[in-house]
Formats: sequence, C-alpha cells, structure tokens
Amino acid sequence: MGLDCGVHLPEVDIAFRTYGALNAEGSNAILVCHALTGDQYVAERHPITGREGWWTQVVGPGRPLDTDRFFVVCANVLGGCMGSTGPRSPRGETGEPWGTDFPPVTIRDMVRAQKRLVEHLGIRRLFAVIGGSMGGMQALEWAASYPDAVFASIPVATAAHHSAQNIAFHEVGRQAIFADPDWQGGRYWQTGRQPLRGLAVARMCAHITYVSEVALTRKFGRRLQSAPKDNREAIDLFGDMFEVESYLRHQGSSFVRRFDANSYLTITRAMDYFDLAADHGGDLAAAFRGSRTRFCIVSFTSDWLFPTEESRTIARALNRAAANVSFVEIPTDKGHDAFLLDEPDFHRTIAGFLAGCAVHAGLDSP
Amino acid sequence: MNKIGPGRPEPVKRIAKSVRVDQRLIAGMIAPGTRVLDIGCGDGTLIDHLFRTKGCDARGIEIDMAEVTRAVAHGLPVMHGDADFDLSHYPNETFDYVVLSRTLQAVERPRAVLQQMLRIGARAVISFPNFGHLSVRWQLFSRGRMPMTAAWDRPWYETPNIHPCTIRDFFDLCAQEGYAVEQWLAADEAGRRTPWRRFPLLANLFGEQGLFLLRRA
Repeated sequence: MGLDCGVHLPEVDIAFRTYGALNAEGSNAILVCHALTGDQYVAERHPITGREGWWTQVVGPGRPLDTDRFFVVCANVLGGCMGSTGPRSPRGETGEPWGTDFPPVTIRDMVRAQKRLVEHLGIRRLFAVIGGSMGGMQALEWAASYPDAVFASIPVATAAHHSAQNIAFHEVGRQAIFADPDWQGGRYWQTGRQPLRGLAVARMCAHITYVSEVALTRKFGRRLQSAPKDNREAIDLFGDMFEVESYLRHQGSSFVRRFDANSYLTITRAMDYFDLAADHGGDLAAAFRGSRTRFCIVSFTSDWLFPTEESRTIARALNRAAANVSFVEIPTDKGHDAFLLDEPDFHRTIAGFLAGCAVHAGLDSP
Repeated sequence: MNKIGPGRPEPVKRIAKSVRVDQRLIAGMIAPGTRVLDIGCGDGTLIDHLFRTKGCDARGIEIDMAEVTRAVAHGLPVMHGDADFDLSHYPNETFDYVVLSRTLQAVERPRAVLQQMLRIGARAVISFPNFGHLSVRWQLFSRGRMPMTAAWDRPWYETPNIHPCTIRDFFDLCAQEGYAVEQWLAADEAGRRTPWRRFPLLANLFGEQGLFLLRRA
C-alpha cells in the first residue's frame, strides 16, 4: 500500500472486529473509527485489560448503532499496536520491528487502509462512518476522499485540522517518551526495557486535556489520600497525596500495559499532520463540494480540546459546499471525553440521525 | 425514555409531527420535490411535513440548541445556527425556497436577512405577526401603552421581537428592495386564511399575520 509520504508498504495487516450481520445488499454497514488510544474492541471485553469495550453504550443490540440492524465494523488504525501494521510489526525478513523507522502515516493513510478492508468485506458503500476525536477526523476524511462510498458521516468532538494548542500538548507527551532513559532511541525491544514512565507521563498529560476543570473538581477537588508506602515518585505531604495525582498515575500506569510508545509517536504525529483544508487548496468547502453524503456534526460544550467553534467551522464549510448537514452541540460538563461517556442527548442524536438516514437510504426497517 | 443503561433502550420512533395551521399555509406555497431551507425551524415540524408530503429536500437552521437536538434526534437535518450570521455561508441559489416563519421581527438585521434569503434561494417564504392589526392599534390608541396581544405577548422590555412591522410596511420594503410578491395573504393568529386577499389596507387592519412568497424581480 502506498502512503502519503511516498513509502510503499509491501504488506499491510489490518486487525478488525465486527458486530451484527451484513445484509444481502451490503447496505447496512457502519464503520466506527477509534480515537488516538482506542482500538477495535468497541463493544466487547478487551483482551488485554479485561475491561468492557470503549463504546458499549453506543454499539450493541438496541443501542444507537443497533447491531440487530446494522453491521458494525471497527479496525485498529494503521500505525496502531493492536494487530494492525505499525511500528511494532516485523520489518522484512529480519523479523526486527520497524520501531522509529516506521514511515509517518497520515489520517488519509489510515482511511485508505480502512477502505481496502471495507472492500474486502464486500461493502461498496458504507451506510455510515462515525468516530470521535481522531475518529472524527477519519469520518471527515472518508467523506472527502470517498464521497460515493459514504452515505452518512458523523464526525464527533473533532476538527478539520489539529490546532497549535493540540500539537503542543502532543509534543509534551512525545518529549516525555524521549526523556525516558528506557526509550533507547526507540529500539527498546533490544533490551526488553520499555519507556513505560515516559509513555505514562504522555498519557497523564493528554488525559488532563480530555476532561474539563469542572469534572476534575467534581471528581477529586482538593481531597487528599494517603500516599503509597514506596512513594518514590512524588512529593508527599506528611504521607498524603492529592486524589487527582493518584488518579492520573493510575491512568498512566494502566495505559502503558496496552500501548506501544512508538505507536503513540506515530499516531500523535498523524493527528498533528491532519489539515483537511490544506489538502484541498486551503478551502475546507472544496473537500466536500458536490458531496451527497449526509453529515451530523456533534460537539460538546465543555470540550476545550476540540471546542465547538471547530465543529462550527466544519458545519459552515459544509454549508458552503451546499451539503446536507445537521449540527448539534451537546450540553455537558464532562469535557472532550463526553463522547465516550453516558450522554443520553448525544446517544439520542446519533440514533435519530441514523434513523432519518435509513429512511433516505431506503434501508428496510426490521 | 431513551435512557441508556443496562437492558434495551426504547427504539427511536419516527412519528409524523403535527403541523400548525400557519405551517400548512406555508407548505401550500412550496412546490413538491424542491430544495427548501427553513430558518428558525424549531423542532423541524415543517421540514418533516415537507419531506413526508411533498418529497422535498428540506433542511433547517435553529438557534435554540434544545430544539436542534430534538429535531436531529427525530432524524431531521437541522443545524444550530443564527439567521443573522449563518446564511452568508451558503452559495447562491442553493435552495428553491428559503422559509422564515414568524422570525423576521426577531432578527437583528431583517433587510440583510431578506437579501441573504433571496441570494441563497430562488424564492423566499416569509411570515410575520402584523403590527398593524386592529387590536394592536386600538390598545396603543386607547391606553397609550405598548400593546399585548396573542401574537405580541411579551412586555416591551423583554420581547425578542425587536423589529415589528405591518403588512403595508412589508409591501413597501419589497418594493424598495425590488422583490416581486408572487403571493401574499393575511391570516389570523391560528393561521387560518382571512378573506381580504385583494385589499392590503383591510388585510393590514384585520390580519394578525402576513404571509408572503417573494422572488427577485
């Protein structure tokens, strides 16, 4: 597969999961695109963490993406570390991983790989593509790159380009990985010591951007708890630490069990590169001109990582392209992560939008 | 009802919304199979009606987010937006009809909104409460205070209706802006057609709302 950077990957593996059944016409498929640290285990127990799928509230029987009705597909992105080709995959015959030599991939490359998968599954046109955050970027890219292969696109809590602030936060995370002595120039498989602390700090920093101040205050406030006995990693206050510190450390340490540092670098880079307008002569509307895809743009009031203004920019570009667009901002104080949480208005919006699209697409009601 | 929790949530029901009488009058001015934008569409009742009964590609803009969510959750293509700011983003002649129902008097720049409507649409359908109605005139005349009627039901200090006009005023604006009035009628508050089709002066006195179909002359 040819990549945007010019490198040709001779072999590409894409790991995916499906839920529900494809109908005879192949017209009821919905592609779910996961976010930066997500994976294909949308609606089932995760094989490594043992935790429930990351979108069980959205995907399943009777859920907004009703698997009794739709055939739901989710693939691990190109560059990921849950089975799809990425920096951890063996390179050529030596069997050594790509590591930092893995070519830079773009959101468009990820979508290209998904397109191959979708064709492989016998789907000519997706009924819908949906995703939050980086998944939303893919939902936009799908509509821009393959307008005739996408009946409906639902970009959630996303933007048409990564902002300077977003890139800045990613850079802090990357520098944390580089600063870990176990990073070893990215060839950490040679010693078996992984840059877990650097990756954990990257996750901690990123996690702060996924929640709102209100949500953090509500959850933790300034409450203290006793610090662990072998507390070498923090300054304690007479044996106490803030609950929010403990929470972030937990987020960091549980993340590194399932994620690869080089993948984190590759995927954050892909998000940073994303600029859909720049790919279309600087005019975002040009990406969608003539599109017959129906769009549903969703943002959340307290999301400061991908604020509503970014969604409004997309909605207005779609207006300039005379595309069919619904645009909803869901009131919530949960921040960017709201798209992963229990937000009934959000779920009603997706379910209703899909129901409306099903009428227009001529999908039979069960 | 649609609370997401363990167990099966209720499926989304698609029930036709009931259409107000004045919305039926508006729908009567719109040809089947056309592209329609309804500005200030509320929960999307009119666009739902236009899609179901006339096969129109009808879309909506609404400023109240709760209404937008209700409309989209009903499967209707509605976006959050503001008539004063969001029309400029559409290309010329994107729609066959652009509808502004009972909203003109509440926008900041009614003249600019009308210009945008007839730029992005071949035709505009506009309804507004008539400030020239008898009861409005009588209240102002007899009491010397701002009128309060069924249509003008908020005190002056908190009304969103910052640009009231009469049916005659609207005729004048159309002439001034060079818009051709293809159809017009006066209706009572419920939206029932009133019988002064040929007499603007009487319509302006007895019609509680005016309804106009315009195109660029």
